[in-house]
Amino acid sequence: MSGAQETPAKLVVEDVCKRFAGDDGETVVALEGADLRIAPGEFVSIVGPSGCGKSTLFNIVAGLTRPSQGRVLLDGEEHASLLGRVGYMPQKDLLMPWRTVLDNVTLGLEMGGVSRRDARELASAELGRFGLRGFEKRWPSNLSGGMRQRAALLRTFLAGRELMLLDEPFGALDALTRQTMQEWLLDVWAADRKTILFITHDVEEAVYLSDRVYVMSGRPGRVQLCVDVDLPRPRRFEVHSSPEFVALKERLLGPLHEASRRQLEEVVA
Amino acid sequence: MSAVQTAASTREEASDRRGSAARLRRAAEHVLPPLLFLLVVLVLWQLGVKVSGTDEATLPAPTDVFSAMWDNRSLLADNAWVTVKEILIGYAAAIVLGVGLAVLLASSLLAERAMYPWLVVSQMVPIPAIAPILVIWTGFDIRPKVIVIALVSFFPIAVNTLDGLKSTEPELLNLLKTLGASRWKRFRTAQLPSALPFLFSGLKVGAALSVIGAVFAEWVGADAGLGYLILTLNNQVATSEMFATIIVLAAIGIALFGLVRLAERLLLPWYHAGRKEDRA
Repeated sequence: MSGAQETPAKLVVEDVCKRFAGDDGETVVALEGADLRIAPGEFVSIVGPSGCGKSTLFNIVAGLTRPSQGRVLLDGEEHASLLGRVGYMPQKDLLMPWRTVLDNVTLGLEMGGVSRRDARELASAELGRFGLRGFEKRWPSNLSGGMRQRAALLRTFLAGRELMLLDEPFGALDALTRQTMQEWLLDVWAADRKTILFITHDVEEAVYLSDRVYVMSGRPGRVQLCVDVDLPRPRRFEVHSSPEFVALKERLLGPLHEASRRQLEEVVA
Repeated sequence: MSAVQTAASTREEASDRRGSAARLRRAAEHVLPPLLFLLVVLVLWQLGVKVSGTDEATLPAPTDVFSAMWDNRSLLADNAWVTVKEILIGYAAAIVLGVGLAVLLASSLLAERAMYPWLVVSQMVPIPAIAPILVIWTGFDIRPKVIVIALVSFFPIAVNTLDGLKSTEPELLNLLKTLGASRWKRFRTAQLPSALPFLFSGLKVGAALSVIGAVFAEWVGADAGLGYLILTLNNQVATSEMFATIIVLAAIGIALFGLVRLAERLLLPWYHAGRKEDRA
């Protein structure tokens, strides 16, 4: 992408490695030489088989783990700690059962020192867009799976970070809810153009949502392939059956399948 | 729009009304069977005693027990007050000790490793057996009773709260870290609330144990209280009066347990909302 070269990158991951000691004292390489570059406002996905180091990479970018090697630049700068600088939404929605929906989504604001009243006001303004209006006083246990996920996303949005990491947010949803949520996420993203780094193992999801897709291969995890998705936006669900979409899907599925099979062979052998 | 809203709100009110009627029925379903069962047992007991002509000193009939309770009401009330005071102070001390220990052990792995085994060992020591030693140290006043009650009831509180503090999802703590939350804020917003249901489980067990602790402590050395009263009545072979005292003791235990349950309902509305959903 030529545009990405001119504007300073939102996030640069440079030759990042992560090694740690295994149970028997051997060195396990979870991630080897990961390179990523994401421009402001871009929607970028990472696909890979399970155990390819996606989550390790995410934890490094979120500031939860330190890389053994390499560096992570946010807005062109290296930070002592990335904690509190990057929006992070893990696989589980992690809504606190003892807080109402409203008090769950304001968590980021609250931790950032915003007063409870102001936080609630800010959140109330966004409830409609996230399909949660009328549910703000409910306990999370009384919400559907899709709603819980939207509440977790709103919590991430309200934390106000420019870069957001979403780790398989729709992984646990049924296929139909998943599609609706994908369309909805695109609308939300188009409205305020935050930078999103999205992890999934669903190639269709990655192609449908992203400007660019990185394919990772497993053990040790490394970035294997980078594919630009030049489907026009706004995208509607019908794009799934277009020849361009199918071609992109196939370009990604080949190496992904290969990586997944190699991993299985390793385990079996 | 407003018509829709009105319809919705009417529906809601209707379901509220249905809800309270259903709640009443559910309460009746839970309260009536045990009461009926109790009545049957009392009637059989009464008949059994009267028909067989059993001596009152061996087994008094329910009516004997109730009249003993009525005749000795001021004696029972005075001694009950002494025991209730001991229980309340001892139980409060157990809560402070139990929760404090749990927080300490949860916040430091070293503290947990060093102290947890001894915490368990402390429960293997028969606490009623050390009551006489406490009497030697502190005398016959309220102190040994409070200490015994605290010692028997702090353990379930400490262990449950510790389990609760450690039950917090590590991912949730990580999420809070990425939101820039300090250790104290992580503890306050995630660990403490997720430990509360566990804490209440411990409190309920502790409440039951505190009454047992009070009776033991009074048996070792006291000049008032329901436990002391049982010993005195035992010497006089006043069986009806002993039964009456036991009933008052049980009532104290039930009341304390009920208070803890009430506090749980009020403080953890989310916990019961979730459980209702599960049952449905």
